[in-house]
Amino acid sequence: MSEKLMDVSVVLNGKKIIASVAPDMSLLSFVRDRGCKSVKCACETTNCGLCTVWLDGRAVLSCAVPMMRANGHEVTTLEGLQAESADFARCMAEEGAEQCGFCSPGLIMNVLAMEREIRDRAVAQGVEPAMPSDEDMDSYLAGNLCRCTGYTSQRRAIRRYMASRFAAAGEASAAAGKGE
Amino acid sequence: MLRFGRFVRAANVADALEVLKFRKGAQVLGGGMWMRLSDRTVPCVIDLSDCGLDKIEETDDEFRIGAYVTLRQLECDAALNVATGNVLNAAVRDIVGVQFRQLATVGGSVFGRFGFSDVICALLALDAEVELAEAGRVPLTQFVDMPYELDILTHIVIRKHDYRASYRCVRKAATDFATINACAAYWDGDWHVSVGARPAKARLLIGADLGLAPTAPAPAELASAVEAVRSLKYSSNLWGSERYRRHLAGVLAARAIVDAARYDSPEALEAARAVCAGEEAIA
Amino acid sequence: MSMIVTRESERVNLAHVGARTVKKDAAALLSGKPLFTNDLVPADTLTVKILHSPHAFARIRAIDTSRAMKIPGVVAVYTYRDVPNKRFTLAGQSYPEASPYDRLILDEVVRYVGDEVAIVAAETADAAERALKLIKVDYEVMEPVLDFTQAKGNPIVIHPEDNYHVNGAWINNDRMRNVVASGLSEHGDLEAAFAECDLVIDETYHTLADAQAMMETFRSFAEIDAYGRITVTSSTQVPFHVRRMVANALDIPQSRVRVVKPRIGGGFGAKQSGCNEIFCAFVTYMTGRPSKIIYTREETLASSNSRHEMQMHVRLGAKDDGTIVAIDLYTLSNQGAYGEHGPTTVGLSGHKSLPLYNRARASRFAFDVVYSNTMPAGAYRGYGATQGLFAVESAVNELADRLGMDPCELRLKNLVTPGERLAQYDDNELYSCTAADCLRRAMEMIGWGDKPLRRDLGDRVRGLGVALSMQGSAIAKIDIGSVDLRVEETGFYTLSIGATDMGTGCDTILAQFAAEALRCDTDRIVVHGVDTDVSPFDTGSYASASTYLTGMAVLKASEKLIAELRARAAGFMGVHVDDVLFDGDNLLAFAPGTLEPASGETTPEFSGIYDDVEAIARSYRLAQAAPDAEPVAQMSLVELANKLVAGGDGDCLTAHAAASSPTSPPPFMSGIAEVDVDKATGKVTVVDYVSVVDCGTVVNENLARVQAEGGIGQGIGMALTEDVQYSDTGRMRTRSFMTYKVPTRLDLPDIRVEFAPSYEPTGPFGAKSIGEVVINTPSPAIASAVAHATGHYVRTLPITPEKALFGE
Repeated sequence: MSEKLMDVSVVLNGKKIIASVAPDMSLLSFVRDRGCKSVKCACETTNCGLCTVWLDGRAVLSCAVPMMRANGHEVTTLEGLQAESADFARCMAEEGAEQCGFCSPGLIMNVLAMEREIRDRAVAQGVEPAMPSDEDMDSYLAGNLCRCTGYTSQRRAIRRYMASRFAAAGEASAAAGKGE
Repeated sequence: MLRFGRFVRAANVADALEVLKFRKGAQVLGGGMWMRLSDRTVPCVIDLSDCGLDKIEETDDEFRIGAYVTLRQLECDAALNVATGNVLNAAVRDIVGVQFRQLATVGGSVFGRFGFSDVICALLALDAEVELAEAGRVPLTQFVDMPYELDILTHIVIRKHDYRASYRCVRKAATDFATINACAAYWDGDWHVSVGARPAKARLLIGADLGLAPTAPAPAELASAVEAVRSLKYSSNLWGSERYRRHLAGVLAARAIVDAARYDSPEALEAARAVCAGEEAIA
Repeated sequence: MSMIVTRESERVNLAHVGARTVKKDAAALLSGKPLFTNDLVPADTLTVKILHSPHAFARIRAIDTSRAMKIPGVVAVYTYRDVPNKRFTLAGQSYPEASPYDRLILDEVVRYVGDEVAIVAAETADAAERALKLIKVDYEVMEPVLDFTQAKGNPIVIHPEDNYHVNGAWINNDRMRNVVASGLSEHGDLEAAFAECDLVIDETYHTLADAQAMMETFRSFAEIDAYGRITVTSSTQVPFHVRRMVANALDIPQSRVRVVKPRIGGGFGAKQSGCNEIFCAFVTYMTGRPSKIIYTREETLASSNSRHEMQMHVRLGAKDDGTIVAIDLYTLSNQGAYGEHGPTTVGLSGHKSLPLYNRARASRFAFDVVYSNTMPAGAYRGYGATQGLFAVESAVNELADRLGMDPCELRLKNLVTPGERLAQYDDNELYSCTAADCLRRAMEMIGWGDKPLRRDLGDRVRGLGVALSMQGSAIAKIDIGSVDLRVEETGFYTLSIGATDMGTGCDTILAQFAAEALRCDTDRIVVHGVDTDVSPFDTGSYASASTYLTGMAVLKASEKLIAELRARAAGFMGVHVDDVLFDGDNLLAFAPGTLEPASGETTPEFSGIYDDVEAIARSYRLAQAAPDAEPVAQMSLVELANKLVAGGDGDCLTAHAAASSPTSPPPFMSGIAEVDVDKATGKVTVVDYVSVVDCGTVVNENLARVQAEGGIGQGIGMALTEDVQYSDTGRMRTRSFMTYKVPTRLDLPDIRVEFAPSYEPTGPFGAKSIGEVVINTPSPAIASAVAHATGHYVRTLPITPEKALFGE
């Protein structure tokens, strides 16, 4: 009640939003208030990964980002990645790996972030992006808890998706090479 | 829940220090991961996002790590990790998850001086200093015991040496707090072994305390190092009992030392490993 | 003619049952649509927060809410003085509930740290939280009973209140001695049987009050509808039971309450108890305004319900050749402060463990369930069987080790077989069981024959351990599942169910059953969430009931609807109904006599099953291919459906059916764990886990597999990392995911699951349950693997590195 509202400006899923917020408002509350209901809260202690969003393209826990710190940055939620996430969502559905589905959006955000990071790093190093090992994928995604699946079906879906992505990327560049 | 009365994004460190000094109850926000767990109102938080503290700079003599460098940057910085025996990567890679480590900052971890800190445990065994806006550079070994003063930690500095180092910890669950963490580093002709999560703050023991002189400690020296590590103070909490921690500290320290050391012959390595095996409680 | 029968021999003909059908809600869930309770809250809803007790046992002397009421935005603060003084239970069970009526919405006495003291309703969460801090409570702190092993007969009585009520004498409640329930079931002459034994294992095992830890915490919101009734939208497994709880708590007729269940973010039994529905319903009842309550993780861990902590004393007697002769189990169950599910969970600790070794000459199962000043226990997947199987299977493993026998061989020698009457399972006959096949196949999968139980790997040691599990399928004679099936314009079907999909996929499974029976694609079956105003009654999704029981209701309704369709089509075509066949798309009329059923195939054989099971199991037969003869007339389903909604001779067809079962056929499962133990740190890593499940017919292989993998994952958490701890003053210390460690993906190996389907004659297309049986093997299998690796038998879960290293 004591706080003075403060002005913020963010780009949320491609749309610029200007708002006045309490200085301690979290990014999680902000995006949910603006209709991004895919972003869930399940622990309050930064352990579960369900509130994962992208801040300037990096996966972060939105519960732990003060809105004032997000000021001036670009925020992406699953609502803004519907087309980009469709292939992975299909892999999940075909394995039944979503189960209750409550943790799925956070996982999808981090899987897509992992894919993107692998690609960006490969570009930076001037090499072909490679399919990560099972251990590397588990390690990258360790912050996404799920209580329904025991993770095994998720691994099947993630492996299948990543294999399709990176095989496709390799073929695409090979095809591009042929074209030249 | 944690509440903020005001949120100040400082344009530079000098401004931030000014606010810190003159606004009662003001506090610098690091990653905020730990602070957000408390249920209180901070009258004024100071954000350093605009102060350019999010870079790892390398010079001929040192790595200068900005306070706002995230644990994820620390984990992934190839040059830094190659130069320091990969202990920083090993220390942070199992902390919660990538999305957590992209927010948690090195400055926050070090300034907090938490007993469980994996970052402090790893840094303590290296030749590290903290850079404070007012007090200037202070060795980390000294800083960890300093009271919480009104100053701003801007950088962590790791001086370059020919580090041979290894980090070990045991976590009850994969991304849990460490029950015990230990880091062994050999540099500048001496061994440095830190043990943290005792659960009190990490402690550093150096060559003489440990009875370790050469780069490749012989079995008897290793045994004395284990002894020295176990003579530190340990206590019990949810993550382990005093007895278990004391045992574990010796085990992890020995394993870290043997891993970091360079043994000339397979026989010498075998003999050192036998000391580690001697710590096995399971036949 | 009758359309459907199920026989094992016909299982190969099934088109939809057994398919890997994608869940009907998968696309919406995976695109993050707003489907969950907190996504659906109306605008301008009050936020409700609870003040929880800091004391384990105290009486409220005075409570001052005046300062809290002054916070701008605070609409109401309620205390025990404001609520009805009529006790009820939050157990989601059929009326009359087995659980005692020992709760009020708010009580003058608080009985555990976390118990509810006051309710705040405010315009914003912020105002509600500020108000909580300003409520001043003067407590008369009383000495609590924190150690449940000291509760029985303790001079401190936790529930002495006058208006305490028990529905049935059969639970043997003795609350003035803190006993919620007790019981005894004996078979054979126990002492004579022990006298014959060459070896007796006599040990005590202890499991903790594990948290279900579903990702979606407890949450609900309430509003008043157009008719002045209270509508509660809740993340619950038991909407019909919540309707009763809310009515009882508010002391209003059930007719004034409606409960809606949207998508649920996991339940695992937690949501088989009511939780915060009564608080938002009360606020809305009092203020007339919509209100919501979203529990934090801390509240969900420390102020709701958990598994029953149990201490189990097992005496297991055998001959030198490994023949199990006598089993004696005594279970002491910690109920915590309130009695939800106490009298029933404890029963499963014996009735779902001892029957595995049904051929023992004598067995005894005795139990006490006691109150203590700790968080109330409730239902958690496995429901007592998990605890009992940890004890009994661990004792069997210890017996094998003491005899120097292979633990798998010992089991194969003693294992229950189909056709036996189960002495400790209400004397039911076992119709379907491939437990031995489950074990043999798991042994093959892990390479049991080629591996010793202990292998030295240098700084680690690798161990193998095994366990078996059984459970039930619905509660015999008590659970009821019912469905309404409607044919709609253009010939699609609406399947209304009261069973509650909580992510398990029962909406999809039930649609598969309907599609199979109606011979159409699963997409032609529309299913939706539960609304007690419009959904047919169902006791809810718990006790592994939905596939087995509601599935049977779907088959019965399908058969009824087909009969109606044929009758109506016969009318329109001017032929006799007996000459009309429905092939899924068309109703075909044949010359009289063409559709004679083949003799002897109409009534399947169920010798030895009770008569009413025969009524349930009768009938289902796959539609025969249309006979070679040309039909004399036909009309399409589309044509028929459109005529039925067109007035004149139309009649919108709805078939209703309910199912209940006099028996609860047990699914079985084997599990083998391979673990590495670090010799110097004691850290246990599960490197491989194989499991084979007999859930009868596998209805959806994907969903069944994920149930198994998920259950095993939770079981591994229970075995290794989930370590509930209390302080000396009774405050739970593991009250967040920082301290209560559910497994991450780094803690679990790829879990390998196969199926060994038996055929359950009383189940829909031969199906039994799978939801719960899958959580029971990890604890005993891993404990045995650790014992083989280290020599330490850890009998109190979880097996922390410290216990593995030093022993207990």
